[in-house]
Amino acid sequence: MELGNDADDFYVVMQFLKTSAMLKSILGTKVGMTQIFDDEGNIIPVTLIEAGPCYVTQKKTKERDGYVAVQLGFQGVKERKLTKPHKGHLEKAKCPPLKYLREVRIDNHEDLEEGQEIKADIFQVGDLVDVSGTSKGKGFAGVVKRHHFAGGLKTHGASDRHRAPGSVGAGTTPGRVFKGMRMGGRMGGERVTVLNLEVVIVDPEKNLIAVKGAIPGAKNGLVMVREAIKQKERQGR
Amino acid sequence: MAHAVDLIKSVEVLKDNIPTLKVGDTVKVHVRIVEGKNERIQVFQGTIIAMGGNGANRSILVRRIAANGIGVERKFLIHSPRVDKVQVLRHAHVRRAKLYFLRDRSGKAARLKEKRVYHRKTK
Repeated sequence: MELGNDADDFYVVMQFLKTSAMLKSILGTKVGMTQIFDDEGNIIPVTLIEAGPCYVTQKKTKERDGYVAVQLGFQGVKERKLTKPHKGHLEKAKCPPLKYLREVRIDNHEDLEEGQEIKADIFQVGDLVDVSGTSKGKGFAGVVKRHHFAGGLKTHGASDRHRAPGSVGAGTTPGRVFKGMRMGGRMGGERVTVLNLEVVIVDPEKNLIAVKGAIPGAKNGLVMVREAIKQKERQGR
Repeated sequence: MAHAVDLIKSVEVLKDNIPTLKVGDTVKVHVRIVEGKNERIQVFQGTIIAMGGNGANRSILVRRIAANGIGVERKFLIHSPRVDKVQVLRHAHVRRAKLYFLRDRSGKAARLKEKRVYHRKTK
């Protein structure tokens, strides 16, 4: 990469970083939340994530798979818990027995090898990350909880309409309820991503990452921590 | 889950100069106050009427009677860097965890019976 004094150097640098960027994704489990103090004595709410060690279990290539991605494996498990195909897949990459396999799209994985260990030190304090996980299941939830409807009046003679959805449409015309009408139903238990969380602590020895704020899912839930995809916009603020 | 607890504890930074505090104790809380570039210590003296949190989030609610008999309550996170130190002046005999009843009392009625604690001498 050669740099001149052109105005579009910034763009060149960004492109270079994009293509040569090391894999900035890791799998982990949610440990729980606590609060820590910063230097000024302000309290920061943090979520601890036990992240890694992950292993590169497979490299998906354009020629073979039609797209470029890296498959990561996470969390040691007893070998007898795994199926034979799963074991064989891991042995191919010379990985220890791993419970979870997840794919990450990446532009270029030439600097990665199968079997390579990924640890929490791919992140630094101050980085912005996106965290994805499966949210806690809420079961069959009403519209007030699920869609933030206001519900009915609590007083003024209102009876049994406190949390009702109200009208779901007109009468004979159209004579049906439109598709997509927000109603009660199953809530939670779906993939949720929280964007732009600041990394507060990185401890590769303990495989620990702490991010500022809350992340989806229950304790011990599987989460994926990735470099923030929208951080450029945020930094421009 | 014990592992998770250990991880959380490893992140929380606790002060080692905090004495054992109990509800009913009369304490002096030394608070660091930064004004521009100067830093000074302000002392808040009163009775602990409630405690909350645990680990690094342990907090105490201190009540004192300020000028003209006006009650002032302040909550301190005792492990915060803004709290310099906490001194215990007096223990009291109390039978509940939250002494909110003190808010409704004034003067002599708001006294707590002192509990003297004798520390056994180590041989």
